[in-house]
Amino acid sequence: MDTREKDIEKLKDYKYGFTTDIENIKAPKGLNEDVIKFISNIKKEPKWMLDFRLKAYERLKILKEPNWQKPKYPKIDYQDLYYYSAPKSMKDKPKSLDELDPKLLETYKKLGIPLQEQARLNGIAVDAVFDSVSVATTFKGELTKHGIIFCSMSEAIQKHPELVKKYLGTVIPVTDHFFATLNSAVFTDGSFVYIPEGVKCPMELSTYFRINASETGQFERTLIIADKGSYVSYLEGCTAPMRDENQLHAANVELIALDDAEIKYSTVQNWYPGDENGKGGIYNFVTKRGLCKGKNSKISWTQVETGSAITWKYPSCILKGDNSIGEFYSIAITNNHQKADTGTKMIHLGKNTKSKIISKGISAGFSDMTYRGLVDINSKAKNSSNYTQCDSLLMGNKCGAHTVPYIKNKNFDSNIAHEATTSKISEEQLHYCQQRGLNPEEAVGLIVNGFCKEVLQQLPMEFAVEAQKLVGISLEGSVG
Amino acid sequence: MNEQLQLDFNKIIKTLKISEKEIQLKKSFLKKFIQNGFPNRKQEDWKFLDISQIIKKNIGDLSFFNDYSLPNKIDTSIFVNGLEHNKIIFINGRIEKIDFNYEDKNQIEINDEIGKNITFDTENSLIDLNNAFTNKVFKILIKKNYSLKKPLIIYHSINDKIKSKNVNLSLNFELEENSCLRLIDYFSDNAEKNFLNILYNFNLKKYSILKNYKLDKFRNNNLKYSFNNIEQDDNSISETFILSAGSDYLKNEVNCNLNGEYSSAFVNGIFSLNENQQHEIRSTINHLVENTKSYQLIKSVLGKNSKSAYQGRIFVDSKAQKTDGYQLSKAILLDETSEFNAKPELEIYADDVKCSHGSASGSLNEDSIFYLMSRGLNYQQSKELLINGFLLDVVEKITDPEIRNLIKNIIELKE
Repeated sequence: MDTREKDIEKLKDYKYGFTTDIENIKAPKGLNEDVIKFISNIKKEPKWMLDFRLKAYERLKILKEPNWQKPKYPKIDYQDLYYYSAPKSMKDKPKSLDELDPKLLETYKKLGIPLQEQARLNGIAVDAVFDSVSVATTFKGELTKHGIIFCSMSEAIQKHPELVKKYLGTVIPVTDHFFATLNSAVFTDGSFVYIPEGVKCPMELSTYFRINASETGQFERTLIIADKGSYVSYLEGCTAPMRDENQLHAANVELIALDDAEIKYSTVQNWYPGDENGKGGIYNFVTKRGLCKGKNSKISWTQVETGSAITWKYPSCILKGDNSIGEFYSIAITNNHQKADTGTKMIHLGKNTKSKIISKGISAGFSDMTYRGLVDINSKAKNSSNYTQCDSLLMGNKCGAHTVPYIKNKNFDSNIAHEATTSKISEEQLHYCQQRGLNPEEAVGLIVNGFCKEVLQQLPMEFAVEAQKLVGISLEGSVG
Repeated sequence: MNEQLQLDFNKIIKTLKISEKEIQLKKSFLKKFIQNGFPNRKQEDWKFLDISQIIKKNIGDLSFFNDYSLPNKIDTSIFVNGLEHNKIIFINGRIEKIDFNYEDKNQIEINDEIGKNITFDTENSLIDLNNAFTNKVFKILIKKNYSLKKPLIIYHSINDKIKSKNVNLSLNFELEENSCLRLIDYFSDNAEKNFLNILYNFNLKKYSILKNYKLDKFRNNNLKYSFNNIEQDDNSISETFILSAGSDYLKNEVNCNLNGEYSSAFVNGIFSLNENQQHEIRSTINHLVENTKSYQLIKSVLGKNSKSAYQGRIFVDSKAQKTDGYQLSKAILLDETSEFNAKPELEIYADDVKCSHGSASGSLNEDSIFYLMSRGLNYQQSKELLINGFLLDVVEKITDPEIRNLIKNIIELKE
């Protein structure tokens, strides 16, 4: 087989491995004040936004990259990255889907999410992010009727500065850790959602992320605000083209739930994990944090993490309002040379706050998986409770599964319960399934899906089916 | 502090009769300690309780020199009653007496191996401090097929001659094939605001059994750190029981390497804390070969202004198939100012294993109190009965009946 054929073979392995050829506008390489001003300028941002970025950049200068995590990675040269690139056709914003660059539409079709179709059939409003700038927002009419704002971050900065100003950076301050601060300085775009008082969002809001253009770190910024008594369910799904060069993705997601509001945030992440030798793949260093600001509020994170060379994220809940609830459901699957260090933080500050953590980790091949979590019940959080369950499944003895929970209970009225187990798929279960005619791979798929069921059933319908398939695909070739 | 260290170190070197090579070795440990200083919360293993801050707050300036030229008077009133036993007596860190009266003298060898410092791969500046300042490192060897008839009690006593001192001591044990040692560490404090640093190394050969009971029961204002390293060969068993209740600060570390097949390790502990006490247990069990087993049970009862921390780590090497590892930590918080921290950690590289951990913390169950009160007990009695039962669970894990009864009496537990 010559090299070209091999390359084609490789592409076949990764279903979504292709690049769309679009001319890009790029900011000059490197990270400095000029680049930040360039980004701010090209997006026609007001001065307070530029100040926000520069403040973060000042802070970034003194911050060091953290290195306590389990998966180590080669040093990233932040001066060798592009911090801004946008599809050229964005200069004149399209008014509707038909005006979109046909090449863009083609890309989404390959991913299996034709915008119009999906929007019409599923009743989902899609805010598609191609590289760093959102290009299409659908179902705007329906949402506007309810007073819901669902648009790109850039648009929100222009049209709803009072909301952005009030909430941006309140959950993840500009002075947070290295990657979050980096994002605050250079973020390009993302989604903005505002649900007004008393409104139940009539449809699932969804964003498809897409990384394109070589050597571009992607810095998304998402802000979701659920005003008093409102409800929203938000979906985020990701695929990325194949690359040899490692790509950094450091997004920030901030959720704010006011009194009696509920936010449900679901993620299916299937970025390019690198080839079977561990070459290439995405670095997924995302900061996700939700603030239950009001009383009786609720934030629920659900994630299915199957992609990325390194996943390093801890979607967290700060339970500040009395009676607020935080939930975290996670499936993380690592195969080949993938590495994951993921979990959650539940910070209980208000009275009668409750949190629940269900984490399922599956590692196969040469991969390494760590659950790392913090449950911290403050001395004022009277009568709070937490339940944590983390189960790990190992396939083969070349991989690793680790559990590192931090438990801090400073309140005598509160209860924390934590359970963790590590095991492998039992021979009996495999035998039983095979006896009934399943081949070993199907049997493993079935058992693993059962193992993950508690989390999968938390996903919205459309996602659940997709995720279930993904779980099976991710483990292909790990049996035997 | 560094000047003080250097000064005190020079004084100690003068009193020791050791070779130039050994002096150089000690100097290198001192240099390492001066470089790193006391551990602080920036280090992962010291995240929950920061020893450098605690020393600063509770003691202030430490001095490191102890005059070991003169013997101390042994206060016989501290001896444990109702149990015949062998003795090793440390007073202010000076070894005053080694007494194996109940045993066959030919079966036990005792040598001072001051030149052979006990070192480990782990970065631990307190071990460096210990190696720099210990004046004697006795090695106690139990010969093949010999089981000690009576338990050995090591008395760690300090008297009112010392204050704001750092005391370092270390012992090295080797248990030859099929031998058995029951060892009790018994603390008796007649001085306050000192920092004790204890280092033990145990080498367990095939089929040998070690039972170590660490009893820190009586309320005192000293700070203590104890590090146990246990190396285990095939079919050996180690049992460690920790009663952590007396000192202002106490951290017990147990590092256990299961190097031989069918070896097993048990670590059980009780925290019973009150006013301003901060205690910690950190255990690391390394399962390095097939068919090894570990079991850990840690329970805390936390009163006013007290804080306990448990860091338990189970490591399973990729070779260590068929490992059985279990870890459970439970805490009862009695007051709104009490605090419980835990970090039960699993690090697993083999697939055919059975490993699990659990942790639970909260207040006493009101329903249970109600049940007992409806049967005629008052509130205080019901509370005490529940705590009694909660802790009894751990004491029942002690395999030696004689010592189990002793400990029950010491803790004043009822059956």
